[in-house]
Amino acid sequence: MGGRILLIEDEGNIREAIGFILSRAGWEVQGHGNGATAIEAVTRTKPDIIILDIMLPGLSGFEILRALREDADLALLPVLMLTAKGQARDQEAAFEIGANAYLTKPFSNADLLATVARLAQAHVTGDRT
Amino acid sequence: MLSFDGLVAVCVLYVLILFGVAFIAEKRAADGKARWLNSPITYTLSLSIYTTAWTFYGAVGSAVRNGLEFLTIYLGPTLVFIGWFWLLRKMVRIGRAQRITSIADMISSRYGKSGGVAALVTLLSVIGATPYIALQLQSVTLSFSVFADGGAFGAPNADQTAIWVAAGLALFTIVFGTRSLDVNERHPGLVSAIALEAIVKLAAILVLGVFVVWGVADGPANMLARIEASPVNNAAWNGARWLGLTVLAGAAILCLPRMFQVLVVENTDERHLATAGWAFPLYLLLISLFVVPIAVVGLEMFGPEANPDLFMLTVPLLLGYDGLALLVFLGGFSAATSMVIVAALALSTMLSNHIIVPFWLRLTRHDDPMSGDMRRVALTARRLSIAGVLFLGYGYYRLSGGADALADIGLIAFLGVAQILPALLGGILWRGATRVGAALGIGSGFLIWVWLLLIPNIAETGGIMPAILSDGPFGLTWLSPATPLGLQATDPLLTAMVLSLGVNTLLFILGSLMSFPSPLERLQGAQFVNVYDHSQPLYGWQGATGAADDLLVMAQRILGAGRAGRLFDTAAEAQGRTGGLPEPTPDFLERLERELAGSVGAATAHAMVAQIVGGASVSVRDLLAVADETAQIMEYSIQLETKSEELAQTAARLQEANAKLTALSRQKDAFLSQISHELRTPMTSIRAFSELLMQDEGIDDEMRARFSRIIHDETLRLTRLLDDLLDLSVLEHGRVTLHEGEAVLCDVLDRALRAAGAQAGDGQLKIIRDRQTEAVTLWTDADRLTQVFINLISNAQKYCDAAQPEMVISVRQMPGRIQVDFIDNGSGIPARQQALIFEKFARADTARGAPGAGLGLAISREIMLRLGGGLSYVAADHGTRFRVRLPLRVPRAA
Repeated sequence: MGGRILLIEDEGNIREAIGFILSRAGWEVQGHGNGATAIEAVTRTKPDIIILDIMLPGLSGFEILRALREDADLALLPVLMLTAKGQARDQEAAFEIGANAYLTKPFSNADLLATVARLAQAHVTGDRT
Repeated sequence: MLSFDGLVAVCVLYVLILFGVAFIAEKRAADGKARWLNSPITYTLSLSIYTTAWTFYGAVGSAVRNGLEFLTIYLGPTLVFIGWFWLLRKMVRIGRAQRITSIADMISSRYGKSGGVAALVTLLSVIGATPYIALQLQSVTLSFSVFADGGAFGAPNADQTAIWVAAGLALFTIVFGTRSLDVNERHPGLVSAIALEAIVKLAAILVLGVFVVWGVADGPANMLARIEASPVNNAAWNGARWLGLTVLAGAAILCLPRMFQVLVVENTDERHLATAGWAFPLYLLLISLFVVPIAVVGLEMFGPEANPDLFMLTVPLLLGYDGLALLVFLGGFSAATSMVIVAALALSTMLSNHIIVPFWLRLTRHDDPMSGDMRRVALTARRLSIAGVLFLGYGYYRLSGGADALADIGLIAFLGVAQILPALLGGILWRGATRVGAALGIGSGFLIWVWLLLIPNIAETGGIMPAILSDGPFGLTWLSPATPLGLQATDPLLTAMVLSLGVNTLLFILGSLMSFPSPLERLQGAQFVNVYDHSQPLYGWQGATGAADDLLVMAQRILGAGRAGRLFDTAAEAQGRTGGLPEPTPDFLERLERELAGSVGAATAHAMVAQIVGGASVSVRDLLAVADETAQIMEYSIQLETKSEELAQTAARLQEANAKLTALSRQKDAFLSQISHELRTPMTSIRAFSELLMQDEGIDDEMRARFSRIIHDETLRLTRLLDDLLDLSVLEHGRVTLHEGEAVLCDVLDRALRAAGAQAGDGQLKIIRDRQTEAVTLWTDADRLTQVFINLISNAQKYCDAAQPEMVISVRQMPGRIQVDFIDNGSGIPARQQALIFEKFARADTARGAPGAGLGLAISREIMLRLGGGLSYVAADHGTRFRVRLPLRVPRAA
């Protein structure tokens, strides 16, 4: 595997944990802690996968995702949503807007790796078709 | 000369004709065909019962004795009919509107349905009428004896004649006067028989008059000359007596029970009164026209020794005109019988309604006065009363022995019933008249009349003069009837009249002024005095048929078009008038009333139907019942209104509570969601790093130490969060124990700065203080206050974004309180977020990423409220400014 992941998450410790886990699995992880500048970060880093927290300062994860899906260049980017609220309606909302995967905090490292791998696989096959 | 037998035969035949007329009239009236019955002429003729045998025969006698004085008896009624027409009309209207049955009923109705007053008037009327009836019997027997001096049965027995006449009259009255109880149902048979008698009466006297003027004398010129020469012309003129008698006759026509019967009770159409207004005086004029000629001729023929009361008969008899004499006899017979019949009818109604039935009711404690049983009792009472009245008259006739003094009884009877006049007039014209006044007036007048006139007359009739009369009771001569109040009465009648009516009127007015009327009396007073405001005129029976339309309109309004239509159709069909409106028969009206009663109440329904059909026969009792119903309905509606208002209020409260609950529920959801977030965030780090440590693959010691450190810090963060939550929960909902005591502000600030690590030189944030202003001793919980200060200082440490962060702590003392401001030099809190910072889990956007769950300010604010002060954010151009307010108060213990 391999590829670039943009991690948009305001909690420093969580950024560090996810970054460490995914780096060891061969991913190049870029962290970003501010919602307001997240879109700009996406266009700048051109990631293969985005991991997106929902509760963010400036712009919420939902708003960022909606903006991504409306942008023709970024509409197909696989997005993994993270949430700490853990309520079913958040998950529904995320899929409705166009999230590709969804994880509730706290999650196991294995789940995180498996989800990311699945997203990468889907994206690759999706590209080929 | 006609034999006694022949005379009896003629009489019987005449009576049979009267029966026949009455019977036919009854039948035709029942079929609704007798138009002539419902005519003003019949009404006027029925009024002629005023001219009784006493006036028929007696006027001539009076003319012989007192000249033209007899005219006063006709003058009084004439003046009343012409001058007081409005009063008669008002009486008729009241009688109709109030369903009056007799003069006693009229008086008692006006004075609050007083049974006592009614009984008094009844008593007065019976006592006044009894000798009068005796007088009629006497005139009939007298005329018999004059007319027929012998026959197959020998000389006529006067007593026997009288009893037969009395019995016949009783029978006639019972048959045609008590067919039904209903007052509204008049007595058409009786009235038509009386009208016929009135014609016979008038015809007899006119024919005799013409005979005298043109047959005996040589026409009017000769007649006038004879009158000029006659002693009749020499009678002394007594102005006072003329005035008195005129007034008396006028009063009598208003107060006599029999006159009230024909004038008011038997009236079918108010407009008939207008005709009677001129026709009745005309009748009286015709009746009196030939009195003087007959008197003059009689006096010429028989001399002053003969009985002038019988000139009407003796003049034609002497001249051999038996037929004419027979006509006159029938006229006199008519005058006597018609008076007796109506008087017996009127008196029986009064006796039965106001004395016998109330007495019987009291005796049997009967509950339902309208039951069939009760109707039979009333009818029987009336029949017995008729027989009783006639028996009384006959008895009095026997006692008096046909004495001459009986002739005076006419005027005496007039004065007796005239005692009703003040109460009658006062009741119709003066709302202030009361029952007490009426009872006092009538009672006193009655007593004076009995003592001054009636008893002496009876004594004189009986031929005795006890000492108590001549000398007065207990020897008090001023009480003697002969010399009342010490007056040497030259004319006992006038003296008694002035005294009795004077005292009567005076006591009536005084009694009325000094007593208070009952509510019913007050209402009845208004109904009588303002009768035209409250009633419709009665225009004969045909008014009822036109009422069907009005009834339908009313029924539609109340029952709805469909139901009303069905009701009327069914009724019309039952009456055999398919397609039209039903006749307002009693059956139908009763049914309609019942239907209406379901919607508007029984009393209202009755009043409404009566208003349309009965021509304003709504009595005060009806109105009171309607008022009661209305009051009840209003009571209900007020209760309903109150209830619905209460319900609306409850609903509003429920809605409010519901909204509050919904808001609370939303807050709870948001709060749980926030807590979940705040708990899961540190847990995410803890789980991720602890899993890494557990797998232990390629993690060097440095990393291991770092990860352990993070796990440790996040655990502390979780603990702090839980502590804050519990603290806030206690502050918000629980009982907080405050450990209050003396504390110096300066010391508290020192402690807070030390704990926050913001002592001078400790950290980045520079603190600027003025220790002098801080030397204030407070009475407070120093630990809690320190907690607030720490929160504010650490917030500044965390969030102040100035390059050289600074915080000024300024203290200001105000009356009763102290104010501590914490001002940093950062960019401050955006205006739109200022309102939110004290909410739980609220953090300014700029504070994102900083540790803390956002409960600090919420907790601080709660603490300050508990300490009796407050915490607020003060909007300013530069920096963040929090203001802590504290009360300056004396120690509670002191």
